[in-house]
Amino acid sequence: MTLTVTDLTIDIDGRTVVDRLSFTVADGARFGIIGESGSGKSLTALAVLGLLPDAATASGSIRLTVDGGVEIELLGLPDRELAHIRGSAIGMVFQEPRTALNPLRRVGRQIGEPLRIHDGLSKHEANARAIELAHEVLLPDPERLLRRYPHELSGGQRQRVAIAMAIACSPSLLIADEPTTALDVTIQAEILELFDELVDTTGASLIFVTHDLAVLAEVATDVVVLSHGRAVESGPVAEVMRAPQHPVTRSLIAAARATSWSPGASR
Amino acid sequence: MPRLLRELWRRPAGLVGSVVVVVLLVTAAVALFWTPQNPFTANPSIAWQGPSFAHLFGTDAIGSDIFSYLMAGSKTTVVVAALSALVAGLIGIALTALGSLTSHWVREPVAVLIDILIAFPILLIAMLLSAVFGGSLTVVIVSVGIGFGVNLARVARGEVRGVLGTDYVLAARASGAGPWRILIRHVLPNVAPVFIVQLSLAAAVAILAEAGLSFLGYGAPSSTASWGRLLSSLQRYITVHPWSVLWPGLTITITVLGLNLLGDALREATDPRLKESRGEKTRRAEWRRDRRRARAEVVR
Repeated sequence: MTLTVTDLTIDIDGRTVVDRLSFTVADGARFGIIGESGSGKSLTALAVLGLLPDAATASGSIRLTVDGGVEIELLGLPDRELAHIRGSAIGMVFQEPRTALNPLRRVGRQIGEPLRIHDGLSKHEANARAIELAHEVLLPDPERLLRRYPHELSGGQRQRVAIAMAIACSPSLLIADEPTTALDVTIQAEILELFDELVDTTGASLIFVTHDLAVLAEVATDVVVLSHGRAVESGPVAEVMRAPQHPVTRSLIAAARATSWSPGASR
Repeated sequence: MPRLLRELWRRPAGLVGSVVVVVLLVTAAVALFWTPQNPFTANPSIAWQGPSFAHLFGTDAIGSDIFSYLMAGSKTTVVVAALSALVAGLIGIALTALGSLTSHWVREPVAVLIDILIAFPILLIAMLLSAVFGGSLTVVIVSVGIGFGVNLARVARGEVRGVLGTDYVLAARASGAGPWRILIRHVLPNVAPVFIVQLSLAAAVAILAEAGLSFLGYGAPSSTASWGRLLSSLQRYITVHPWSVLWPGLTITITVLGLNLLGDALREATDPRLKESRGEKTRRAEWRRDRRRARAEVVR
């Protein structure tokens, strides 16, 4: 599976928020999109799934090449056909686990939903599979936990539920939009570790969107740095961190150092 | 369903509301076939009698049995309440769907239309309609139906738009859910409580409106027993026979109160966020047990 984004431009009410952005996510790659808030990184992620808000218009090209060499142009694809790709070929995890789950549905049902949509599983089969998925994302005591409602779970548990939902149909591309931003630091580390493991075991490609370079360095190998909707720098994470070319990259590195500073550590 | 009923009856409001509504329905059903006395028989020789075994609530100015008349009136009440809620529900659902699920070019004008319609009070609609068609129960049902349907649409429209904009609907779309699945699995359950409360309110207001309009002479014709009509005929003698007016007044008050309580309790019972979490319940039980043990220790 390869994702090629070429000259992606997104306008909202005549304002250009993403400007001629191009990048390629190779098969099995771990790709990071980093930028300050308002740099257009989340909109880029949403554009891949065709989930941009009504007011936004996108141009350019987003090509998905699935195994077997079939190429699909995602941009401008009718919603009905996009729905077949969402959740099955591409899974997505959102930033805020508190609001990303329906408060009135048991979490087990929500994990099973993509399976019922794409794989046509029965309620019973989907539930059995949801329990397996809950084991995979390391939720404690899945049989009982899946019968609970979202408000009865902690933030970290909810994010694990959201991840289980995203990987339910074994997508070949996983998009994570700031999945750790709303969590506290210890939980953040656990979730990052989980992403690391999942991508390793499933062989899926990963697009990880964040504003935190320290977080990005944990999971991604390649990165594109966005500023005001433009790509200002790209390349392997290690290289970008060692020799940042653009002032925005430098300030992101400085911010990452400042937050991961601990007494006694050499600066 | 049994689960919902259990949740409902666990709440005092739900229990009281259910009892009132069940009593009303049973009374109306019985009144279809039987009332202790004929509510329309006039017998001036026994006018203004106090409560007795023969006349539980006493008699009115022409010697008719008040209890029997109230029983017969309950049929009118049930029909008016149920049909008003039905009409309000249909109008509300139609306007909500048009005002929230359609394209921008349809839903915005519908929102404006709702705002215009909401400026007409129910009583005004009822008086306009009865001025044209003459007073009848249909006028009451239609005017309350329109009035509350519009009200319902205004509240529900905002609610639906809100739910459609939430992260969990976005997440459902990201898992490949189509528009129908989102409507049925995500939007309806989250909006249903609004409908339940508004419809129970519509039923309560319909009862009040029927009583009020019949009181004013716009509602039920004199051949139909109606609580409002009885209240209106008895209140003229309120200074002479104050207790008789109490019966229709109390009946209307309790019925409306019961419906309101039921609506509130139903809303709470359908929302799992308002339920006590299981963990909390066990924790509280453990705390109580520990306290009992501690007390037993002290006693020993």
